[in-house]
Amino acid sequence: MKEPGMQKFSIWSLLRNAASYHEGWQRQWRSPEPQREYDAVVVGGGGHGLATAYYLAKEHGLRNIAVVERGWLGGGNTARNTTIVRSNYLWDEATHLYEKSMKLWEGLSQDLNYNVMFSQRGVMNLGHTLQDMREIERRVTANRLNGVDAEVLSPQQIREILPFINLNTRYPVLGASLQRRAGVARHDAVAWGFARGADALGVDILQNCEVTGIRREGGAVVGLDTARGFIKTKKVAIVAAGHSSVLASLAGFRLPLESHPLQALVSEPMKPIFPTVVMSNAIHAYISQSDKGDLVIGAGIDHYTGYGQRGSFPIIEGTLQAIVELFPLFSRVRMNRQWGGIVDVSPDACPIIGLTPVKGLYINCGWGTGGFKATPGSGWVMAHTLAQDRPHRLNEAFTLDRFYNGHLIDEHGAAAVAH
Amino acid sequence: MLIIDCPFCGPRAESEFAYGGEGGIARPLATETLTDEQWGDYVFMRSNPKGLHHEQWRHASGCGKWFNALRDTLTYRFHGTWKIGAEPPEAFTRRVQPAAPVGETVVEGLAR
Repeated sequence: MKEPGMQKFSIWSLLRNAASYHEGWQRQWRSPEPQREYDAVVVGGGGHGLATAYYLAKEHGLRNIAVVERGWLGGGNTARNTTIVRSNYLWDEATHLYEKSMKLWEGLSQDLNYNVMFSQRGVMNLGHTLQDMREIERRVTANRLNGVDAEVLSPQQIREILPFINLNTRYPVLGASLQRRAGVARHDAVAWGFARGADALGVDILQNCEVTGIRREGGAVVGLDTARGFIKTKKVAIVAAGHSSVLASLAGFRLPLESHPLQALVSEPMKPIFPTVVMSNAIHAYISQSDKGDLVIGAGIDHYTGYGQRGSFPIIEGTLQAIVELFPLFSRVRMNRQWGGIVDVSPDACPIIGLTPVKGLYINCGWGTGGFKATPGSGWVMAHTLAQDRPHRLNEAFTLDRFYNGHLIDEHGAAAVAH
Repeated sequence: MLIIDCPFCGPRAESEFAYGGEGGIARPLATETLTDEQWGDYVFMRSNPKGLHHEQWRHASGCGKWFNALRDTLTYRFHGTWKIGAEPPEAFTRRVQPAAPVGETVVEGLAR
């Protein structure tokens, strides 16, 4: 009944529209009015929420579903991250989940018929101490055992890729891990591609639609109070990143999360100079260059909790000190913009994807500082969890229950800072 | 840069302080009788509110002492700091408490 035909992107459609001065392109998704009832509602219109809706429609045949978003589509952490995609985690559970995501990334532009500009330019994690190097070798070995590509680089091999790196820093660079299949993707395009794909499958994307209440009867969800009226539904997925605790409190339970501002900044655009992504856990910095030419620099989280979407100056100062020491030639590059996103940090640096104490209410949160890379995989397992009312094999270890039974997946050692 | 009013030393720059998480969480006394749910609630579950938040801070690069603070997590404004065990400021008692969570276990013997 509501299947808007999606205009397919191809060389032919490009030529055809060029002939008409590009005035014939359609809107990429609708802005519908909320219906009174949906089979399922996803709360949160970021990458993870939109991916959840897309895979619910595509893989599980649910068509009468909605995504409700407090602000505008992809305006939260999807627009605020540093676009890094990798899957070189330490523990089996995490590696399998992120590797599922990596495999989806590798076919995502084709699947969505939307160029997400996924660029597998490699991600390097620097080691600055002997202990760093031991952990790098352990993680690289673990990755290989799990079928994930990984290698250890010597300082000489690092210099071959980055001739201008300063290896004799205060904490000298002793080596690095490299995942060549890792890289970056265009973050906004990911949200837009999933939104367009979901919309074409009949999903209603409702923006400016804040959830103000989660109505329950007999311990089960019956609907949502929103800024655009009451929406009746028996299945709700909370995919709200930094605001997960706020939504959980509407449903009467707490989460093991703390929301922190995480900062990033970009420089003025420059000619291509930086061919890969460099991350350093020890000195707390990560950097890449976007296709537009600006250096994309990630800082750490503010130590205190906050929802203010801005970070504190001391954190930026520390990050830029580390960047300039590693890459002295960037010392006079001017920074263009700086911002913060609110990340939901869990105690073991792993997400929570699964059922909640409320029947029909599912949650996907706790991605902390590293959610972007997981966008397609997260949506894929979340869709399965909601449709089947039980987790997929890939996310069955990531339950809320693990904080009661003690089966934590401690990725803090391998993934603590940089994502 | 936030200016934080240490109850012992007076106003100092944010970089002198360490954040200590949610305040007012007391270690349960009868630990041997706690269920897994009660342990999990105590160790991991946090209110993480958007708005006024009772938290603990330490003047790490100053006197080194712990103290209580009431801070707005949206504006980051401090609504008061007070010594451990001292009388909290008026804003603390006036703050709107989230409704008691449904189904959450009340731990007996908690030293509040």
